[in-house]
Amino acid sequence: MAKITAGIACSHVPAIGVAMDQHITDQPYWQPVFEGFEYSREWNKKNKPDVVFLVYNDHCTAFDASVIPTFALGCAAEFTPADEGWGPRPVPVVKNHQEFASHIAQSLVLDEFDITIMNEMDVDHGLTVPLSVMFGDKTPEDDWGTLVIPLAVNVVQYPAPTANRCYALGQAIRRAVDSWDEDINVHIYGTGGMSHQLQAERAGLINATWDQQFMDILVNEPEKARKISHVEFLRETGSEGIEMVMWLVMRGALDEKVTEVHRHYHVPASNTAVGHLILENHA
Amino acid sequence: MTRKEKEYDDIPGTFVFDADRSRQGYWLNQFCISLSKEEGRQAFRDDPEAHMAKYKMTEEQKQAIRDRDWNRLLELGGNIYYTSKLGAFDGIVFQDLAAMMSGMSREDYRKMMVDGGRSPEGNRYKSEWEKK
Ligand SMILES: [Fe+2]
Repeated sequence: MAKITAGIACSHVPAIGVAMDQHITDQPYWQPVFEGFEYSREWNKKNKPDVVFLVYNDHCTAFDASVIPTFALGCAAEFTPADEGWGPRPVPVVKNHQEFASHIAQSLVLDEFDITIMNEMDVDHGLTVPLSVMFGDKTPEDDWGTLVIPLAVNVVQYPAPTANRCYALGQAIRRAVDSWDEDINVHIYGTGGMSHQLQAERAGLINATWDQQFMDILVNEPEKARKISHVEFLRETGSEGIEMVMWLVMRGALDEKVTEVHRHYHVPASNTAVGHLILENHA
Repeated sequence: MTRKEKEYDDIPGTFVFDADRSRQGYWLNQFCISLSKEEGRQAFRDDPEAHMAKYKMTEEQKQAIRDRDWNRLLELGGNIYYTSKLGAFDGIVFQDLAAMMSGMSREDYRKMMVDGGRSPEGNRYKSEWEKK
């Protein structure tokens, strides 16, 4: 049986990818960001996933303003890193476990989550940066070392799906994985955040106290975390902090009790607070 | 019909990109996203007015583009992930764009971020800004 053995939360700040691509991760600005990923890469080697179910958001790359799906599941054979205006990141093409993705798509819809199915999709930094964080430096000729099923969540046009809905979707993903009859190790990623505002006069807002509390309740009191309102995200964590609803999808797919084996928090990476968690699941 | 009051209207210095803004800014945003492809960038470089004319923008929106008035673009329905493509076209990196929108020099903004970012204290409600 397929098993979700871990959940990983991770910011997907584009500048983290740029720092890796330009090999400047040991500069004083970046060193404290990447220091916190060293443990993660070692842990990842020891707990190597067969499939990563990766919850992220597209930043007007695959979807412009003409189509805005709330939840879009990647069912294509592979996904090409997109050109976001500066040329594509020099990282491997992302390969799917297509049969498993199709099964999850069916299971979710029958479970009453009416997702959009993507049979063609380029992926942006929202997806490739967390993979780079966990799998380290890779060139386009390499293999990521895992198959990936992407789930793109709309967090660009308000309202994003609620924290509660995201959590419930995570629970449905868990049911879909549990009903897949293949002995594979699955990790689920919730990406984006933490506090940041990229726009207008309040740009640069960071709320470290709130971020740390959010990590605490996400890990230990998920029933509380799923009740956080959109307005609280906007006011307390900045207009782009609402990306953190995607962490709830990850959390919903895990057991009620999990073990936090790693936490990393650093301000800033560019305009954003970097947050990262590794949660082991025991079922 | 007047715009319904929203529960996030009292957050200062923020344009929440909701369905109303999305509707208002649709062509503005589609114009901006055209600049993420070399083809669009070349067309805009060659003849800015002709390239803008391909999108059904209002005169106000076009003027905000000409002026590179970054906050006005957001007010007129632009979304930062789109307007930042216009910034990139001008060679402005994201962090410097953020500095411009918040009315700070790039050095001051960068220092604020390295020192922990803009505090939420005094920045949660419009009423807190009015007192300043
Ligand atoms: Fe993002």
